[in-house]
Amino acid sequence: MTFRIVVLAKQVPDTRNVGKDAMKADGTVNRAALPAIFNPEDLNALEMALRMKDNIAGAEVIVVSMGPGRAAEIIREAMYRGADRGYLVTDRKFAGSDTLATSYALSLAVKKLEPYQILIAGRQAIDGDTAQVGPQTAEKLGLPQITYAEELLSIDKQNVIIRRRLERGVETVKSPLPVCITVHGSAPACRPRNAKLVMKYKHARTTTELQEETRDYTELLHERPWLHIQEWSVEDLKAETDKLGLAGSPTKVKKIDNVVLQHKESKVLTASDNDIDWLMKELISSHIIG
Amino acid sequence: MNNVFVYCEISEEGHVAEVSLELLSKGRKLAHELGVKLEAIAIGSKIQHVSQEIFPFGVDVLHIADDSRLSPYRTLPHASIVIGLFQEKQPEIVLFGATSIGRDLAPRVASALRCGLTADCTALEIGDHTEPKTGKEYKNLLYQIRPAFGGNIIATIINPDTRPQMATVREGVMKKEIFSPDYIGVVEKLDVNAYLKETDFVVEILERHIEPQKLNIKNAQIIVAGGYGVGTPENFKLLYELADVIGAQVGASRAAVDAGLADHERQIGQTGVTVRPKLYIACGISGAVQHRAGMDQSAQIISINKDPNAPINQIADYVIIGDVAEVLPKMIKYYKQNSK
Repeated sequence: MTFRIVVLAKQVPDTRNVGKDAMKADGTVNRAALPAIFNPEDLNALEMALRMKDNIAGAEVIVVSMGPGRAAEIIREAMYRGADRGYLVTDRKFAGSDTLATSYALSLAVKKLEPYQILIAGRQAIDGDTAQVGPQTAEKLGLPQITYAEELLSIDKQNVIIRRRLERGVETVKSPLPVCITVHGSAPACRPRNAKLVMKYKHARTTTELQEETRDYTELLHERPWLHIQEWSVEDLKAETDKLGLAGSPTKVKKIDNVVLQHKESKVLTASDNDIDWLMKELISSHIIG
Repeated sequence: MNNVFVYCEISEEGHVAEVSLELLSKGRKLAHELGVKLEAIAIGSKIQHVSQEIFPFGVDVLHIADDSRLSPYRTLPHASIVIGLFQEKQPEIVLFGATSIGRDLAPRVASALRCGLTADCTALEIGDHTEPKTGKEYKNLLYQIRPAFGGNIIATIINPDTRPQMATVREGVMKKEIFSPDYIGVVEKLDVNAYLKETDFVVEILERHIEPQKLNIKNAQIIVAGGYGVGTPENFKLLYELADVIGAQVGASRAAVDAGLADHERQIGQTGVTVRPKLYIACGISGAVQHRAGMDQSAQIISINKDPNAPINQIADYVIIGDVAEVLPKMIKYYKQNSK
């Protein structure tokens, strides 16, 4: 029996480097102005998955991502770093899914990969910071969960021992397999691309990408089936459409407010001795400090 | 309409967590507005005494699950009890602390109950809603308000059709207020075995190292906080120096924490601590909305920034256009010379 490790990864807009053009005049987000990146904590999760693979002979790492066609970029990126195969869950009918609908779709995708021993993902994605999809997917699959994983302490074919990072300390837990693990950003950073793997996987393509290619991949894919990143649609997952997208999402966005700061009457000072002395005197005399 | 519930987290020391007391205070107001009762659930080992801590916040019914296997917290047993109880009681609203426990538990519960959950809310209000497409009207929904998308927007989230409406809130966001010191509610002891399964205990805790809370930024009267604009660890030391002199705590923005200038426990903002000191000195902080969400209730705000257009300047009472490395030493010098 192979030892199968499934990594959930998301391509996200890089909200950490939001420029002035990130918002359109109408108050909506200008996604085109934000670079799309591999969600940072999903990279920590990929590293932990690869360390598990390093420890278990014959283990394989499969990356599953849900998103638009361009999310294939992060599946290839994961392959360049050591993942063996990838699947892209993609369908317009998924659009507008909240965390509950997303975890429903992901749970169906992961079920198709049974039997697996480990399901692993980043703690949260930087475009939402909710940390909900991991535990919700675990619940739908009936798996125990280990959140905020910081270090893999040991793994064999029956159990995993993980150190978790909590607010005020750490906790070491042992779980039987299969289990769902979400990885904290304090876990080891992901290893870089491996040149040999880049050569091996640079032609990895999704079904949609293959249709857009001018050269014929038929023979190549026949010889090297791992280059085919399969796409799974709503139909492939046999998903119930009323549990997907906007219809399947209990949370609705009622209102989006572009952030407009309330103007206060502020007193503007310089760094001159006079100004600083005046301010400090003001603060001391009004008993705010001192 | 059904009741408002708060999941009360039990601290390492066996007390109700601060964040839970804050949520009980908020829950009391929401329950009052809706004309329903406030209920709480506490799960742990030897926790009968927590009723004395909980009732003064205006709790009408306290559900206690007391069993030696329920402490320390583990996901599955707590989830089974909460899910089971909510299936019976069908709450209207449930609030959890956005702590390592609440953020582990709430999504699991929401998934099982197939209801909505909004993380890290910065405000909760009751309001109505008309569905634009169908014209269907909803009364008295919970508005779950949170910054989103890198803090460039503030989103109001609702759950029109599913119950409970669930939200997590970080410590310090809601104000802790005793409702009535003599308030007495009803204690309902839960039969834990009716909710738990053998398989809820498959994850074993081998070891724990929980440190007592070292820092108490949240309750500091004065905070000197640094952002990415502080630039270097050397400059950041100036913040500690000023804080030491004027009796303040040092805080930091997420950007400063990410850049390694300060520890995570000092982080102020939506994903850190929320503070409302009497004086907040923001050094080299541009003021992303997530940061402001954690400090905009400060009584007085001073912004020290080289950029006259930094967003934080707009909520500051005093803006010093200048370099932190130049301004802070002058403040320290003046204070040393002129305070008693």
